[in-house]
Amino acid sequence: MATAMILLPRSAIRAGDVVMVKAMISHPMETGFRRTETGGEIPRNIIRQFSCRYAGEIVFSCDFHPAIAANPFLSFPVLAARTAPLEFVWRGDNGFLHREQAMLQVAAS
Amino acid sequence: MTGQTGRAFALAVFLLGPASADDIPANQRLSGYDMMGAEAQAMQRDDFANPAMLAVKEGEGLWKAAPAEGRPSCQSCHGDAAATMKGVAARYPAREASTGRVLDLPGRVQACQTERQGVAPVARDSTGLLALEAYLALQSRGLPLASPRARGLEDAASRGEALYRQRFGQLDLSCAQCHSQNWGRSLGGTRIPQAHPTGYPLFRMEWQAIGSLQRRLRNCMTGIRAEPFPAGAPEWIDLEIYLKERAAGMAMDAPAVRP
Repeated sequence: MATAMILLPRSAIRAGDVVMVKAMISHPMETGFRRTETGGEIPRNIIRQFSCRYAGEIVFSCDFHPAIAANPFLSFPVLAARTAPLEFVWRGDNGFLHREQAMLQVAAS
Repeated sequence: MTGQTGRAFALAVFLLGPASADDIPANQRLSGYDMMGAEAQAMQRDDFANPAMLAVKEGEGLWKAAPAEGRPSCQSCHGDAAATMKGVAARYPAREASTGRVLDLPGRVQACQTERQGVAPVARDSTGLLALEAYLALQSRGLPLASPRARGLEDAASRGEALYRQRFGQLDLSCAQCHSQNWGRSLGGTRIPQAHPTGYPLFRMEWQAIGSLQRRLRNCMTGIRAEPFPAGAPEWIDLEIYLKERAAGMAMDAPAVRP
């Protein structure tokens, strides 16, 4: 089971502001290129895809590859329009799926 | 500084100083944090960039959750960890008054699980135990490591010091030869730290994971081509007690980040 952390700016957000959204998830990101002490292959176990939806619309997504470090940390800008949920989804090998949700509070201007 | 405060300061330094005269003087002690690069320091300072905080978050969940149906959670006995567990990690390993046995922090958690919660203990170095350790260690962040000798662990500290000075393995090296006598010099592209255990459990970039002090010590032993002590052996705890005596008074920075 993975643990994820979402960080949104703590200051008040107004419509039209560009806010930095940060998301980190615990995951080993095992490359598939390593071997055990006895020479056996360690199978690949990585996150393959991440997406973030804002009010249901994809505002950021990316693919992951084996060279990405454990516990991937992402930071990306989002144009704030109105108070709406941000939904985060990580998908990976072995059916890995993790969802998080955070409310982006936008003050009436 | 007036003469009197100067003398008091010198006395305090003397009392807090390392146990052996040929070790690092108290005013020259540096934690792993002090000796690492600015980028890694920034990563540790920012609770959001520090991957060990993921373990803390998991540990907080484990602290509050019942380990099994009808069993008490950690919180149901100990209450709010932010209040009741403040400073606890800074004074472990400790002797349990009722039984006389000496337990390190993971050993204490395992004993609680078997004896109080009535469940099978989670394994050392497993994600679950490291998460609980990280959550407990966070409650002591910024507090000074307490001296084990001052709380009746003189024997264990002396055994630990003997281990610290014992040469081991095919390379025939002791802990002291690297960490007391050659700290700050290069070893395979990294600087040799002074081996003060202020930040455990910590996220080591080399491991790409959070790990325990015993894992670090095992790594050192295989590094000098010695056979590590078995998992859970009392030697590990003696060594930890001596290292904490050596670092007594230094502020905890757990859960830390190291390169």
